[in-house]
Parts: sequence; structure tokens; C-alpha cells
Amino acid sequence: MQRRDVPTRRKFLRLAGSTAAIGAFPMLISVREVEATPEMMTTAIRALTGGATVQTGKVKLDIPPLVENGNSVPMTVTVTSPMTSTDYVKSIHVFNEKNPQPNLGNFYLKPSAGRAQVATRVRLADSQKIVAIAKLSDGSLWSVTAEVVVTLAACTEEVI
Amino acid sequence: MKFATTILLAALLVAAGVVLRPLIATEIQTTERRSGYTFMGPETKAMQDDDTANPGMLGALDGEALWNRKAGAAGKACADCHGDARASMKGVAARYPAYDKPLGRPVNLEQRVNLCRARHQEADPFPYEKHDLLALTAFVAEQSRGMPIAPDASPELQPFVAKGRDFFMHRQGQLNLGCTNCHDDNWDKHLAGSPVTQAHPTGYPIYRLEWQSLGSLQRRLRNCINGMRAQNFDFGAPELVELELYLMSRARGMPMETPAVRP
Amino acid sequence: MAAALINVPKKAKNGDVIEIKTLMSHIMETGYRHTASGEVVPRDIITSFTCRFDGEEIFRADLFPATAANPFISFFTVASKSGKFDFEWIGDNGFSETASASITVE
Repeated sequence: MQRRDVPTRRKFLRLAGSTAAIGAFPMLISVREVEATPEMMTTAIRALTGGATVQTGKVKLDIPPLVENGNSVPMTVTVTSPMTSTDYVKSIHVFNEKNPQPNLGNFYLKPSAGRAQVATRVRLADSQKIVAIAKLSDGSLWSVTAEVVVTLAACTEEVI
Repeated sequence: MKFATTILLAALLVAAGVVLRPLIATEIQTTERRSGYTFMGPETKAMQDDDTANPGMLGALDGEALWNRKAGAAGKACADCHGDARASMKGVAARYPAYDKPLGRPVNLEQRVNLCRARHQEADPFPYEKHDLLALTAFVAEQSRGMPIAPDASPELQPFVAKGRDFFMHRQGQLNLGCTNCHDDNWDKHLAGSPVTQAHPTGYPIYRLEWQSLGSLQRRLRNCINGMRAQNFDFGAPELVELELYLMSRARGMPMETPAVRP
Repeated sequence: MAAALINVPKKAKNGDVIEIKTLMSHIMETGYRHTASGEVVPRDIITSFTCRFDGEEIFRADLFPATAANPFISFFTVASKSGKFDFEWIGDNGFSETASASITVE
């Protein structure tokens, strides 16, 4: 009897913890924890690369290491490239490991871009790894990884 | 003897103000006042500073369209009476909430818009916290951007300022907290990872990342009151307007930032 | 009420690398939120953004539920001749918005 109480108590605490997280969103709308795994990110990356070698380098990911609000995280990806008609960045793909979905964005460039740099704002559900992969005109793949810490807003909003 | 020495020491410390935070809530010194902007990270500040990256500006653009749109049985647009908002609305939001003689009490900017709609446009009021009212107040308040907050100092407003101040100061709710306990006494400390600001309404309506949309000062106040687990008020309640009035008085002189971005 | 904010320099010198900033009003409903009664709030997002210069594509982006509300996208291009930039946003439920901006290149 006593033994069975222990896992129940732990489960209750885990539920209470996630309820606190859910409480950060308006009560009219709640977010159910969707199963997202680092494996989903690996699968998505493999779908892009086709299993080809991805080298680290050339790509820079500018994302605040400590995020004020996961609803809107500014992100800039820059790829070192001369951006000439024979040597340019064809596309940039950004992935994450803990959102319900592995993609943060895909960006397609032409040599006329002049600079391979894209900025946008993304949603991050939790503290996690972000991976940016660039596909160059010669077919090579380059990547960079960043770790981001996401905190929640303190005073929550509830509909009475 | 030892006991007496301890008491004496404690009295001296209190007298010298060496105690880390005042034992009773005290208001922030004018020279120490800081906008919520200064508590944000560089990326969020950059979002506010760039008019083409600030999502609040999208609301202000919509507000401009509303300003020029004819409304109500009278078929008048705001522009028909007020002309170009850039001239006529300059400084207006900086002195709201303001006294409304017919009602005999202060009204905030949202209520002023709806009073105009009723009295001069013969139009239905905009519902609180819906896009139209947020956009229009964002547009009007944007015309005060950069100007110092200057609520009307007339004597008839003072009893209402005092009521707002009383609310701000007194402990209430399940947590027995007063606004002052965090925002006067513990600003720059952290609550669950977020910095506690001084609670100056310098940029309303704001684009709050948490809301992913524009929102009014009253929405923020209702959030806070919920967070304190205290009895809340409906939008437009006189208690909330009095609190707004007190907060603007407390922020007198600080520049308007509407539409601000906040986390 | 859809509104777009575009930042394109009005003038540039031939060969300048210029930054284009775009901001589009859109809720970007993820499709992962639920109402209090447990129903899914259906997905409603912008899925694609394209920029063309004098009709030719110069930049394109795929957007996802992970893109923040009121999507902000900035990118670069080389100013080579005077002309018109056309911006297009396409998304769920037939969402389609366009905007344009001209540039003078000397």
C-alpha cells in the first residue's frame, strides 16, 4: 500500500509542475504538452541532407542565450559566402528539438542577395538546441548549433 | 546590557537607513525612476526602437485608418472634428486619464474615444480590448511619443489620484501583497526569472510578447491583480481608472514610448 | 485588418547591399492550442513569403507554426537597377496579401 503511494505522489507533483507551466497561457486557451523529441529534429535534418555529410562552420546563429519570452525570439542566421553566381548560399534551414514541430524556417536565396543573412522571430516552447544548416551552390552542407534558455512570464493571465 | 545594546544598534541602523529596503513602502525617488524599457534585453529593445520591426506599429497603422473612417449615425470620422492627428493629438495621451466634467470623474483614453463616439459620432462604443479600440488608442497615443507624461494637475482630480494611490499601497488578496511591495520596494529583483519593473505606464497600449498582440494598461493591471490573487475589476471600472491616474501621476515627466514592446 | 510594414531604402547606389525588412500582421495560430473545453484551435498561419524584383524572385521563405505572430522577416539584396519590389504572403484559409516598394538606384 505504502509503495504504491510514492509513484502517485511523484506523478501528482509532475502534473502540478506542468499545470504551473500551462497557467502561463490564458486560461481560455490551454496548451497540451505535445510529444516532441530530439529524434524528430534528427529525422527532419536527415530528410534535408539525404544522409550527406554536414560540416560545421561558415554558419552563424544569433539568438539570445536567455530568452525573455518564448513567444517571440529574434533570430538571425548569417552564412559566410562571397555570394557570386558560382559560389553562393542556395538555402538556409533552421531546426529545433523541443517544439511540437522540428522546423523554424527555410529560406531560399539567389546570388543577387549580396549577403547571406536572414532575420526573423520564432517561437520556442522550452529551453533547447537550435540547428541551422546552409546548402551551398556546390552542394556542400554547413551547420551550427546553439543552446537557448527560455523562461516564462511571471504574472499570468487568467480569464475569470 | 547586551539586549539594550542590540536595540540601540538596530535603532541606529534604521535611523541611518542602512536597512537594505525600507521597513515601510516608500515611493521611488524621481532620479531613480526607470522605464520598463530599461529592464529588457537588447533584442527586445531593438524591436521597440525599429518602427518597421515593432508589431505595435501595425496596430497604429490600423488606428490611422480608423481615425479617417466615417462612423455612426452622424457619419463623422475623428478627422472631421480633429483634423490631422499628428497636430491635434500631440500631447493628448500624455495627459490622460483626464477629468470629464459631465461625468464628474476621470476617464482614460479608451473611455474618451467611446465618449466621443457616443456624444459626437452617434456611434456604438468600441468594445474594450478588441482590435479597433486598441488600434485607435495606439495611433492617438503614438502622437505623444517622446513627450513627457503630464497628467492634468487640476484639484478636482486629486481625490481620484489619492484613491489610486491607496489601492497601490494597500495589501490585498490571497498573497497579502500591495503593488508597492514589488514595484516600489523590490524592482530590479526577479520574479520567476523575469525582472520586476517599477510599473510606469510609459508605452501603452503596448505590444506584449506574452500576449502576441497589442493590449491596454487595464489589461496589464488585471493581469497583475490576478497574479496577486486579489479581487479583480471589469474593464472600465472606476477603480482601474483611478489606478491608471495614480500610475501616470507617479510617472510624471517620463517620456511616452507608445507603442512600446514588452516581454 | 491585414497591414504590412515594409522598409526598403528609397535610394541606393549601384552595387550597394541593402537590407529589406518586412512585418506582416497575422495571428499565426499554431494549431496546438486548445480551448477550455478541449477543442483544438485550428491552425491558421502564413506558410510562404516571396519577394520579387521587377517580377523575378530574389528571396523566398517557408514559414511554420514556429514563426512568431506578426511575422518579421529581413533579408538582403544587391541594388543593381531602379525598379519595384513586390512582396507576397500566402497562407492557410486562402490568406493572400501583397505589398510593394520602389527603389531608385543611381
